[in-house]
Amino acid sequence: MKEAVIDQPVTSTARLSPLKPLSIAVLAMGGQGGGVLTDWIVELAEAQGWAAQSTSVPGVAQRTGATIYYIEMLQARSGVPPILSLMPTPGDVDIVLAAEMMEAGRSILRGLVTPDKTVLIASTHRAFAISEKVAPGDGIGNSATVIDAADFAAKKTIAFDMETLASRNGSVISAALFGALAAAGVLPFDKAAFEATITAGGRGVDASLKAFNAAFDRTRQSPRDAVAAAPGKRFDALPARVENPELDRLVGRIRAEFPEIAHGFLFAGVKRLVDFQDPAYAAEYLDRLGALLGLDRGNGGDAKAFAFTVQAAKHVAIAMAYDDVIRVADLKVRGSRFARVRAEVGAKDDQIVYTTEYMHPRMAEVCGTLPKRLGEWIEQRPKLFARLDRWINQGRRVRTGTVFWFVGLYLVSALRGRRRGTLRHHRETLHREAWLAAATGLLSSNYDLAAETLECRRLVKGYSDTHARGMSKFDRVMAVLPLLASRQDGAEWMRRLRQAALMDEQGIALDGALKTVATL
Amino acid sequence: MAERSFEREVQDLKLGAGEVFHGEGILAVTKALLQSGVSYVGGYQGAPISHLMDVLADAKDVMEELGVHFETSASEAAATAMLSASVMYPVRGAVTFKSTAGTNVASDALSNLSSGGVTGGALIIIGEDFGEGSSIMQERSHAFAMKSQVWLLDPRPNLPSIVKAVEDGFELSEASSTPVMLEVRIRACHVRGQFVAKDNQKPRHTLREALENPVRDVNRIVLPPASFLQEKDKLERRWPAAVEFIKQRKLNELFGPAEGEIGIVMLGGMYNSVMRALQQLGLADVYGCSLVPLYVMNVAYPLIDDELVAFCAGKTAVLMVEEGAPEYIEQALNTILRRRDLQTKVSGKDVLPMGGEYTAPVLVKGLQQFIGQHARLLLRNQPPVPDPSPVLNDPKVKALAATVPQRPPGFCTGCPERPIFAAMKLVEQELGPHHVSADIGCHLFSILPPFNIGGTTMGYGLGPASASAFNVPAGKRSIAVMGDGGFWHNGLASSVGNAVFNKQDGVILVVDNYYSAATGGQDIMSSRAQNPRRKTNNSIVNAVKGIGAEWVRQIDRTYDVAKVRDTLREALTTEQKGPKIIVASSECMLNKQRRVRPQFFKAVKDGRRMVKERFGVDEDVCTGDHACIRLSGCPSLSVKHTDDPLKDDPVAAIDNGCVGCGNCGEVSEAAALCPSFYRADIIHNPSGLDRLIYRMRRAVIGWLQRRRDATRIAFAD
Repeated sequence: MKEAVIDQPVTSTARLSPLKPLSIAVLAMGGQGGGVLTDWIVELAEAQGWAAQSTSVPGVAQRTGATIYYIEMLQARSGVPPILSLMPTPGDVDIVLAAEMMEAGRSILRGLVTPDKTVLIASTHRAFAISEKVAPGDGIGNSATVIDAADFAAKKTIAFDMETLASRNGSVISAALFGALAAAGVLPFDKAAFEATITAGGRGVDASLKAFNAAFDRTRQSPRDAVAAAPGKRFDALPARVENPELDRLVGRIRAEFPEIAHGFLFAGVKRLVDFQDPAYAAEYLDRLGALLGLDRGNGGDAKAFAFTVQAAKHVAIAMAYDDVIRVADLKVRGSRFARVRAEVGAKDDQIVYTTEYMHPRMAEVCGTLPKRLGEWIEQRPKLFARLDRWINQGRRVRTGTVFWFVGLYLVSALRGRRRGTLRHHRETLHREAWLAAATGLLSSNYDLAAETLECRRLVKGYSDTHARGMSKFDRVMAVLPLLASRQDGAEWMRRLRQAALMDEQGIALDGALKTVATL
Repeated sequence: MAERSFEREVQDLKLGAGEVFHGEGILAVTKALLQSGVSYVGGYQGAPISHLMDVLADAKDVMEELGVHFETSASEAAATAMLSASVMYPVRGAVTFKSTAGTNVASDALSNLSSGGVTGGALIIIGEDFGEGSSIMQERSHAFAMKSQVWLLDPRPNLPSIVKAVEDGFELSEASSTPVMLEVRIRACHVRGQFVAKDNQKPRHTLREALENPVRDVNRIVLPPASFLQEKDKLERRWPAAVEFIKQRKLNELFGPAEGEIGIVMLGGMYNSVMRALQQLGLADVYGCSLVPLYVMNVAYPLIDDELVAFCAGKTAVLMVEEGAPEYIEQALNTILRRRDLQTKVSGKDVLPMGGEYTAPVLVKGLQQFIGQHARLLLRNQPPVPDPSPVLNDPKVKALAATVPQRPPGFCTGCPERPIFAAMKLVEQELGPHHVSADIGCHLFSILPPFNIGGTTMGYGLGPASASAFNVPAGKRSIAVMGDGGFWHNGLASSVGNAVFNKQDGVILVVDNYYSAATGGQDIMSSRAQNPRRKTNNSIVNAVKGIGAEWVRQIDRTYDVAKVRDTLREALTTEQKGPKIIVASSECMLNKQRRVRPQFFKAVKDGRRMVKERFGVDEDVCTGDHACIRLSGCPSLSVKHTDDPLKDDPVAAIDNGCVGCGNCGEVSEAAALCPSFYRADIIHNPSGLDRLIYRMRRAVIGWLQRRRDATRIAFAD
């Protein structure tokens, strides 16, 4: 046995050094360069004559998971290496660097951020987790919750979109975080020492330095980005005058015939329907809305801020601009789309871009695009339908940049003029009117439920099987209307049902919610 | 390791005496092996010790200069069996693997090795994957040391201590004719620190000398009557020799005052955390000065009774700090003190948790309780202990629990395994759910969202074997998934051979991604890369046919979702009995990109015509139902909110990380999902012909587009 290495006997705390190491936790996801950032911090500290140690537990987290890297550093005392911890202690971390907004949230949840000592440096951008992405509705976590918690939990918060800043400067987020760390002034090292660390690394030095400096300046100038609780939607003001007289008349009608509160959705709806079909179709929309507004007024809509009309303005427009083959073809062949794709993939002027569309038409869609009678005639003959389906129903890779395929899509999109006569249009109209009838039927007895019923249209979306599943959820929700009609809290229940329906694909949450409603 | 270079790390292995090594713990172990005159090194990759093997695989020149043989073993059993070279000959050997996953596999060889004993130092470096971030069950390697009588080192988690443990380990092994396990915990493997290097040493006795001068000693062979003599030798000679060596070389350490009311006994690996906890209680400082006597066991097994008794004598109570269950050492300590009739109270798992990682807060709590019971006065100057609970109990922070999402591991961007499970999902929609036995490897991520496929996992290469009971007439067949790594590790015999011999009427899906991908992309038998030091390109299909499988299908491009779906459907419905084996092969995208990306950029820079593919989503066409994501989970396929007031739900969006693997398009095509996906082919440095054709196409298309725009009535944007 080795003799005790410390002079003995030691009984008084006076002999103990009061020094504590500076502790830094880095929260990052696999592939975000958390390891590079950690190495930089350690190298920086060592170059400045400090003792530093880092650890991490990469493991399976390397594959898209979340990882914590942990660093401790202390001014070196000659001959006596400090004993540094291999993991952070909640409530005892000086600096937290979070490479994503929800990871900042995770650091707070784990107790790593406390008001007495922690400086939180976080990027406000989002990388969505799988659970946020798979919901059939909107499963995205609210960043504002994280900011609220950070303002409470951290001694100081530096938070802005470092991901965008880094990529604008041709680098990655680790360089931006390093810049924000330098600017935060929490490490006792000057900016030149940080830069020297990057330079000594020797790889991608220029881009890293550029992003580092951009983040440094940004942190000094405006260290906080505002984070919105809800996504921003673009509502254009009604233009004073539109060149085209037909369009001008539509805008004039919105202004003259509808309460101002509905103008935003009405204008968005008119624009969508002109784009989908033609000005006459948009006029039809305004006619339909006018009738709904009349009913709304007659049932005390004034006092309810015309909630029914506003909902109708939004959802009738969506319902009228249904996603059919003609619409898809029309969107795919537009000149503006070609330009947008080039921009999205970041093509340079001297590069050529071709797109391939992955389409899988089925006989059902073809029938829908045929004139109503012909479509129905084929549908009534299952053998014929099946035979045609075998021929039609297969994946097709449409090379839109080639003349053959472009012309094909162009011809399909040209069917727009005949859309009103198609089987699909007929069915969409029937479905829409049934839905509106159900909603308007409730107006006099349960105004709030009527407005909520309009919102249920949100369940209908997607193509083929997904569309069918959405439709079945919609039908199941609509089927309980009679149960809810007489209830004061009917609207509230309807809202819950809709939220449940958007939680999972199979409708398991919806089944549960429906069972609850059945017991009311 | 075809796709990643460890050249920089290899330079660290060349450091000479007096130079300072900076780097990770596991790399320090690697350097220490060379400093110890090791003759041969083997192992099986796995977190957290993959790095040791990766670096040695790249360190050809260093190894050749020293005359060290390095081998990538087929399994942990093969690695441990390799140590047999040290049984008869005075050559030092080391092998490495993950524990306890690897120790389980190695057990057979481990028992035989330790029974016969060794002549040359035999070191087994085990990466202890215990605690946060672990991917395996939380068992203790300690049990293997006890049952096979192998010594177990557990050094303090700093580089000088770890390096010293390697050097001591070889000597201890030789002094006691016993193999030695060196346990390095996951955080210690990844700890970045420094130590002063020594010169590398050539082996004193080489394998060549051994081969050319064979030695045979029947007493070393595990067969009666020698095996009975070995048991006697183990207990009567090797054990006391080890104890004597450990005592004499002072491998265990004492810190703090010589006398005290209480003391703490801990494993070396626990030292830094215990010190931090003591510091928070005002009983130690950051430089290692402690007010409480500490006995640090850098040797976890065997226990040194005399040292423990000396430490406990005169103390009211001692606290035993060891992670994991059962509390082997605490039990042993009680026995030792009883035998010597010492009344010192032993505390341990009564104040510390039975399971889980001993973090500083956990230790602070246990220490407070222990000291409170036995030496309350020590806590009188206790500073405030870090306490996040006021923050955690605030409603603003509690609200985060519902907002911050879990981030389960998943397939990488462009992973070739994704389309396989997308196809399985499609078959499930057609034929209903099946019993799916999973295995170990990246493909096990299929059990997590969004795929949620896979019912059990029984071990590496055991997926199909774990479905073997389901070999009865039924309306459905079982499906077993196994990776190429598992296949060669153990699966060919234990799973495929087993299925062929027993006419197992199920489906076996071998996911072949050309590497041992989950452990870092090491080459294996069926890797497609040409590796000058290994024989690669051995066909899995030939192997299974060679042992009698008849229904075998090879899919060369897993991204062909429709083909995978159809093949799987056929396997599940065919009349043919016996195992239906599908080998689905495509290169691991992580490794492929490492290889291809630099080549692509270079070619573009050189002005060559290159086509880059990536995917996109037409957001006007996307309705925000996310069906595509539920069949993918690709990190690059995400969602985004648009500013369109008529769209409540976020639409799908593909970010710049897209590698153009094709899965999105294939899936939406095979599942008839939606037409919003497009593939963009970006032609870099287009040729003259490219440009001519493009101009002609643009002329026609542009004319049609202008014609349409001229007649379209639209609001100005």
